[in-house]
Amino acid sequence: MEELSLHILDIVQNSIAADAANIKVEIIEDIEADSLKISVEDNGKGMSEETVKKVCDPFTTGRTTRRVGMGIPLLKLAAELTGGGISIESKLGEGTKITAWFGYSHIDRQPLGDIASTMQQLICMNEQVDFMYIHRVGEKVFELDTREIKKMLQGVSLTEAAVMDWVLGYLTENEEQLYQNS
Amino acid sequence: MKSLAELQEIRNRTLNNITLRKEGADEIRVVVGMATCGIAAGARPVMSAFVEEIAKRNLSNVTVAQTGCIGVCRLEPIVEIMMPGEEKVTYVKMTPEKAKRVVAEHIVNKQIVSEYTIGAAN
Ligand SMILES: Nc1ncnc2c1ncn2[C@@H]1O[C@H](COP(=O)(O)OP(=O)(O)OP(=O)(O)O)[C@@H](O)[C@H]1O
Ligand SMILES: [Mg+2]
Repeated sequence: MEELSLHILDIVQNSIAADAANIKVEIIEDIEADSLKISVEDNGKGMSEETVKKVCDPFTTGRTTRRVGMGIPLLKLAAELTGGGISIESKLGEGTKITAWFGYSHIDRQPLGDIASTMQQLICMNEQVDFMYIHRVGEKVFELDTREIKKMLQGVSLTEAAVMDWVLGYLTENEEQLYQNS
Repeated sequence: MKSLAELQEIRNRTLNNITLRKEGADEIRVVVGMATCGIAAGARPVMSAFVEEIAKRNLSNVTVAQTGCIGVCRLEPIVEIMMPGEEKVTYVKMTPEKAKRVVAEHIVNKQIVSEYTIGAAN
């Protein structure tokens, strides 16, 4: 993966596969603390303790012959390369929270990349899910609760071309604001 | 700045289109594989290209969706196109440029772009 937003796109697919109805994506950029933190929290079916151990370290479990996924190990690797790491909190039947933190100024830290397209695709292609998206850059914050969009649309699909276009525009504008010096 | 209030107007406009669409409902489906291997290989811009091209041409009978792993990592990004009464067509190693061509030739003109299909890649 070349962008952190691609990791987000991928990690959220796990939440969707786990039948989550609510997914919260949070990005916190704290330049003073030299930290970038990403978390994805869902109310999907969750994982057992054993599964959590396995997904964190797919290559050291050894005895399993099942195919292991690559999504979480790739995120972990990307984080560790910058002096950061990941943590997974999960409870069967309740949900999962995955947090990854990165050294903000580390040379190996991938750029956040096209987070607007990422969130647009997640939001519009998974209408059954209510998303909370929060992006903090220093003191500035952008928050989007997709229930507000759905309320305005009153049943019109988020996959409608005009809606997808608006969602992308809305995200793009607000993301740009976050990086503008006030 | 865009505001949530604009959605009201988009909603009304869209509702008119939906009623028109019901009559000639020939749904075409475009499905993009969005598992880890697909995303790493570039599925996101491919998805965006389909969405944009379909919107630009006002093809209201086409829906774009995402799915998990379609199967063959080395051939990602993979896109499937389903048309009523036709066999499913699987395109491999897609790019935004190829996506535009598939929209123009396959979806609009009903000519499969054979060189991008899974058959041609094997
Ligand atoms: N949010 C979640 N809720 C429930 N189970 C999860 C969640 N995230 C991950 N898992 C479990 O951990 C496994 C590993 O996830 P990972 O993303 O690393 O690989 P994968 O999704 O199986 O395959 P891929 O390589 O396509 O990502 C999943 O198959 C799933 O069983
Ligand atoms: Mg995964």
